Amino acid sequence: METILLQLLNGLDKGSAYALIALGLTLIFGTLGVVNFAHGAIFMIGAFCAVTLSRIFSLSFETVDPSKLDFLGNPAKIKTPYVEAWFGADAGAWMIDWAVPLAILFSIPIMIAVGWAMERGLIKHFYKRPHADQILVTFGLAIVLQEIIKYFYGANPISTPAPDAFRGSFDFGAALGFDPNVIIYPYWRLIYFGFAAVVIGAVFSFLRFTTFGMVVRAGMADRETVGLLGINIDRKFTIMFGLAAAVAGMAGVMYAPILSPNYHMGMDFLVLSFVVVVVGGMGSLPGAVAAGFLLGILESFSSMNEIKSIIPGIDQIIIYVVAIIILLTRPRGLMGKKGVMED
Amino acid sequence: MSKTDLTRRVSRRGVIKTGAIAGAGLALPTIFTSGARAFTNEPMGGTVTLGFNVPQSGAYADEGADELRAYQLAVEHLNGEGDGGMLNTFSSKVLEGNGILGKKVGFVTGDTQTKSDAARASAKSMIEKDGAVMITGGSSSGVAVAVQGLCQEAGVIFMAGLTHSNDTTGKDKKANGFRHFFNAYMSGAALAPVLAARYGADRKAYHLTADYTWGWTQEESIAAATEALGWETVNKVRTPLGAGDFSSYITPVLQTDADVLILNHYGGDMVNSLTNAVQFGLRDKMVNGKQFEIVVPLFSRLMARGAGENIKGILGSTNWHWSLSDEGSQAFVKSFGTKYGFPPSQAAHTCYVQTLLYADAVARAGSFNPCAVVEALEGFEFDGLGNGPTLYRAEDHQCFKDVLVVRGKENPTSEFDLLEVVEITPAAQVTYPVDHPMFAGGALGDCNAG
Repeated sequence: METILLQLLNGLDKGSAYALIALGLTLIFGTLGVVNFAHGAIFMIGAFCAVTLSRIFSLSFETVDPSKLDFLGNPAKIKTPYVEAWFGADAGAWMIDWAVPLAILFSIPIMIAVGWAMERGLIKHFYKRPHADQILVTFGLAIVLQEIIKYFYGANPISTPAPDAFRGSFDFGAALGFDPNVIIYPYWRLIYFGFAAVVIGAVFSFLRFTTFGMVVRAGMADRETVGLLGINIDRKFTIMFGLAAAVAGMAGVMYAPILSPNYHMGMDFLVLSFVVVVVGGMGSLPGAVAAGFLLGILESFSSMNEIKSIIPGIDQIIIYVVAIIILLTRPRGLMGKKGVMED
Repeated sequence: MSKTDLTRRVSRRGVIKTGAIAGAGLALPTIFTSGARAFTNEPMGGTVTLGFNVPQSGAYADEGADELRAYQLAVEHLNGEGDGGMLNTFSSKVLEGNGILGKKVGFVTGDTQTKSDAARASAKSMIEKDGAVMITGGSSSGVAVAVQGLCQEAGVIFMAGLTHSNDTTGKDKKANGFRHFFNAYMSGAALAPVLAARYGADRKAYHLTADYTWGWTQEESIAAATEALGWETVNKVRTPLGAGDFSSYITPVLQTDADVLILNHYGGDMVNSLTNAVQFGLRDKMVNGKQFEIVVPLFSRLMARGAGENIKGILGSTNWHWSLSDEGSQAFVKSFGTKYGFPPSQAAHTCYVQTLLYADAVARAGSFNPCAVVEALEGFEFDGLGNGPTLYRAEDHQCFKDVLVVRGKENPTSEFDLLEVVEITPAAQVTYPVDHPMFAGGALGDCNAG
């Protein structure tokens, strides 16, 4: 029972990341009809927004301390962060400690700008091209983006810790009446799950309860008719592209303490998230979210030693096996709409 | 142009003739060189070309960049530029800073991409097109084994860079290949007594292992060494390379009665699995009345940086560390640090040393002929290169020297001060017989001069 609960929790946080990326992917597909393979790179850039803000806060000036020596035996240069000098030691230390949550605010304009630049600069030229062309160009773009990140940040993962207050873990076992120290779960992962739920809720509410969202949904259902009504639907879809980029970016920012950011993390998530979108149903937002959590949990359970001892390697293929089964039995995916990707 | 015109112009005979001429043209350099030269890429002019095959892209690019820095420094020192670095402390004194056998040392570089096929292609290109007489480098055992095999076939010397799998000088050893870096068996032999002394002999270990040649041999080595001292191995779980989030592999550990987690991971996998293990509170856990411990058998300072504070107090082993106080290490750190502004990594150290050792062997042999170099390196004993007295064992071309047991430093004084040496395990303790079962299955064979 403890094992099942623990793997369920594990699946929820992994599923949260899949759902957030898949939500953006399917939003872009549903509005613009583009299969955006660069969406994982946006998630990665989001994670590097956290790294960047952390580095900005840690920018330091050096003072020579003759009482200490550096590795070459010369007087050591002591680094003092500018934020500590400007705002005081406590406030400066707090800013450095809270760099990841603060990076959400930092990332939103950056991600919207990145999304806008991608859409206006490249992807809009491929709206009327076959999906194969779109996949090729966005996949190429993803590689370019990750190489740019590698050039500036290096190839190794960069530790980006959560604030001190959230570094510990919560003993679920003790809280639920099980043995203590058996069902332990890191605070930050719980926060990530909560964060994902809020973002997903906000996106759904935005689309359902605002006039803008209503127009976008109408455009997703019948782009031509909405256009004939005099609404500049292309402009609204471009804004949706920026919104999808912001969602993926924030997902990346918050994921930085869970997985030390590295330049290829986007690609790792993209393939799985794309499977999530296909399983959920191309263009279906609830489908993407449901499939994200479903596949995250399945992946987690398949990593259990008990299951791997029966089917070795199942953890590596489970998502694809489920995708094959669902697509064979229900080609539109779990919540896919008739006619989407069926031409 | 009509189809008939085209057919007339591009006739079958014409294609064959053109192909034959082009083929002969392409083969011309090889035909002449193989006839005129006594061995592959015998240097004929005033320079000799070395091939540095390192990961310049891919996951280990940072490590590759540090290796390349070390190679460039070694070339400078061999050519008599700079302060001479470890040439001044090397026990062998045949190198005089005038190149190798009076020929100026030049180099070409290749990008292994940490992929065996790409590494073989770049090594092949450096040998065939650039005339490299020796290939060196690499940050992965899979790459080292692949390139070593290629060099054996091509008739050039391979001086391995960072490769820790037992197989490199075990079942996949080759007469033309030499490894200065330590191996997984040595890590186990050095680390196990320290683990037993600090954590007790009654421990239950759970292994998470990268699922490829290096991971397997390290898991086998560490499990054997710890079990010999009384530890029990509770489980061995293989994890895919680049798994990213290891939480689903970490949480099952909580369900067992294991009180030690051994992470047979390297690079990004090590950073992620260690970070996940700490996040799940394993280091705060008490099991069997004992404090839960995490061990990372192969530490890399460059990669430890990625794990941040999570490495504090974690035990592991390393081939070399810049904080060593011997004359050779200090000379190297001074040269490297002055040129680049930061201390060298263990990867940089082993690559620098391998270059000097090759040059020295050529100088002592009086020839670039690979078979003469092999003879000069086999059984060679030296000192002053940072690891104390060292032997290049003739039977398997593995260096035997002291091994460092290190621990993540609790209170680092700088961004480079991440590891502290807790014990220098003497070479005798990590030496194994040539026919040890973990190294069985391959034969060195005969040297190939091309």
